[in-house]
Amino acid sequence: MLSIKNLHVSVEDTEILKGVNLEVKPGEIHAIMGPNGSGKSTFANVLAGREEYEVTDGEVTYLGQDLLDMAPEERAREGVFLAFQYPVEIPGVSTSHFMKTALNAIREHRGEEQLDAMQFLKLAREKMQLIEMDEKFLHRSVNDGFSGGEKKRNEIFQMAVLEPKLAILDETDSGLDIDALRIVANGVNKLRSSDNAFIVVTHYQRLLNYIVPDYVHVLVDGRIVESGDKNLALRLEEQGYDWVKDNDAVTA
Amino acid sequence: MDSEKKDIREWYQTAFADFENSLNGGASLPFHAVRKKAIARFAELGFPSTRNEDWKYTNIAPLLKHQFQPVAEAPDIAAESLAPFLFKGLDADRLVFVNGVYNEALSSVSNLPDGVILDTLENAFTTHADTVTQALGKTVSYEEETFSALNTAFARTGVFLSVPAGVVLERPLYILHVSKTEGREFLAAPRNLFLFGDNSQARLVEGHYNLDGGTSFKNSVTEISVGADALVEHVRIQDESKDAFHFATTQVEQATGSNYTSVAIDLGGSLVRNNLNVHLAEERCEAHLIGFYFGSGRQLIDNHTMIDHAVPNCESNELYKGILDDRAHGVFNGKVMVRPDAQKTNAFQQNQAILLSDDAHIDSKPQLEIFADDVKCSHGATVGELDDESLFYLRARGIGEQEAHAMLRLAFARDIFNYIKIDAVRERLEELVVERFNNKA
Ligand SMILES: Nc1ncnc2c1ncn2[C@@H]1O[C@H](COP(=O)(O)OP(=O)(O)OP(=O)(O)O)[C@@H](O)[C@H]1O
Ligand SMILES: [Mg+2]
Repeated sequence: MLSIKNLHVSVEDTEILKGVNLEVKPGEIHAIMGPNGSGKSTFANVLAGREEYEVTDGEVTYLGQDLLDMAPEERAREGVFLAFQYPVEIPGVSTSHFMKTALNAIREHRGEEQLDAMQFLKLAREKMQLIEMDEKFLHRSVNDGFSGGEKKRNEIFQMAVLEPKLAILDETDSGLDIDALRIVANGVNKLRSSDNAFIVVTHYQRLLNYIVPDYVHVLVDGRIVESGDKNLALRLEEQGYDWVKDNDAVTA
Repeated sequence: MDSEKKDIREWYQTAFADFENSLNGGASLPFHAVRKKAIARFAELGFPSTRNEDWKYTNIAPLLKHQFQPVAEAPDIAAESLAPFLFKGLDADRLVFVNGVYNEALSSVSNLPDGVILDTLENAFTTHADTVTQALGKTVSYEEETFSALNTAFARTGVFLSVPAGVVLERPLYILHVSKTEGREFLAAPRNLFLFGDNSQARLVEGHYNLDGGTSFKNSVTEISVGADALVEHVRIQDESKDAFHFATTQVEQATGSNYTSVAIDLGGSLVRNNLNVHLAEERCEAHLIGFYFGSGRQLIDNHTMIDHAVPNCESNELYKGILDDRAHGVFNGKVMVRPDAQKTNAFQQNQAILLSDDAHIDSKPQLEIFADDVKCSHGATVGELDDESLFYLRARGIGEQEAHAMLRLAFARDIFNYIKIDAVRERLEELVVERFNNKA
């Protein structure tokens, strides 16, 4: 589904990703761990199409297409979803209007009928219930004045509405209390199927108790230096990153 | 330049003679003596240059290149052609003017509460001669300012509304100006007089639209008197042709405890100058001056506001926001005068602009003149761009770039539109600006 080869990315002439390789197949869950500043968010944002990041080398194929050649909205319409580490507040745009516009853009792309306001509201309410969010959030401006945890839940709400094929969760667990963590994990597990895949960026093993990864990768200084199964996450939790830091890049 | 000014000044003086002849009986009424004094005064004042502080950022040279002609008659227009300017679901009394000329067939006025007078100014000169003579020109003098003098000289008609004490107008009054130039460069000088009695309530919607493009010059003066504890909401939509000259002066006088809100939306016009002056003459008044403008191409949109806190315990709140694209030019001049007696004044002013292109620009000049010491006054001005992070967030959810742009621009203007309390008007205007944004995203 997703094939990343030798991805090099720079920001303002500083190289952040220094040759990342990753293969993701439908139905898989990949966890990416790594120290602060190692390039995890850069990686996630590049996949979503953020323009400030300059891809200097490598290629990314998604469902047989050149992902790097697509605009952010095209990627989203083709099923790529990024749950942001820091969701943006947009005063003046209501969450319901935002999500209805987004969903209809995606549906149009898929050749499906547009949802009217009533149909959308029904769907949105179901998804809000799924992640135990009060429906009043639909009428509030996007993330405006939301608490840290509410913002993260709103990301999962959006994911539940848009039903992506490839969801990249960038530290969606950070800042969540234990109940919220369970709810978010639950949202992910509900969406999980043999057709879609997840890349879960996290610092903590605890999320991975709920969302059990097929693979765990360690990103250090812009390279994946270690890959393994879920036990790798447990070892990182116990021993930290020092023991992997000096590894050479591996092909995941 | 100077000779051009002189020529065009003479042009208007000559045009005045023709205009007089077209007035028929109107020239024998007492107001005509005022017109004559006004044209004489106009000749003395001449047109302002950018050396004049009030016109520092707004060069009116393009206006002086045209010979605009006052008109007594307007082309016929079909009722259906008004459809785009009517607000779906709005139940309002409506007065329609075409090229500044009243069109009775297109207007519709229901039964108004007892004592309410709603008529054209032209009729009111004879039917309510005393009231009109006494009130007209009381707050806007032709002596001091060129465009007020020019309006007074060429004022043929407009709206006269008098709402007696205690009366609440349930239905908004919609004053709809449409222009259809048919290639004639016409001058319209609407002159409006609104008298709101104590404890009365009213909602005014004023719309300025265009049917066929073309160049015209509208130079209006509106005098509004808001009685004690009266509540007036005034929405003004200007969506003239991209070649139109639109000059408007609105003068508001507020009595004790009154509340006046102006929401001004400017989308059209080649050269637009709005003067909005509010005189808080008695205590406990509240005034809200709210504005939004969107300029593209080479439009120049200039909002000059003046709030005069003459007495203690009044509150003014001013918020203007603009979005400028291409080579558009915005001007905001917000003068707030707090006179020595005006203790316990609250005056808040904000103006914000978003520039979408490197060639767009805004001149913004807050002007706080505070002569009292126990006051709360603040002002702020910001100029920025659309937020890239927000744009990416929307696009990352599948929303196209153009639509994402339009959403963010509307979001920026949202708090302005929220001041429009009539749902049908607010919703249509939001649609209209989004259409505009999408034409130009
Ligand atoms: N827009 C930017 N401009 C300049 N530097 C940037 C930018 N974005 C990221 N960086 C730098 O790139 C490096 C990687 O950042 P990134 O956010 O990808 O790290 P991360 O692994 O997600 O860290 P964390 O665990 O703290 O979220 C950091 O040194 C960061 O300062
Ligand atoms: Mg990060």
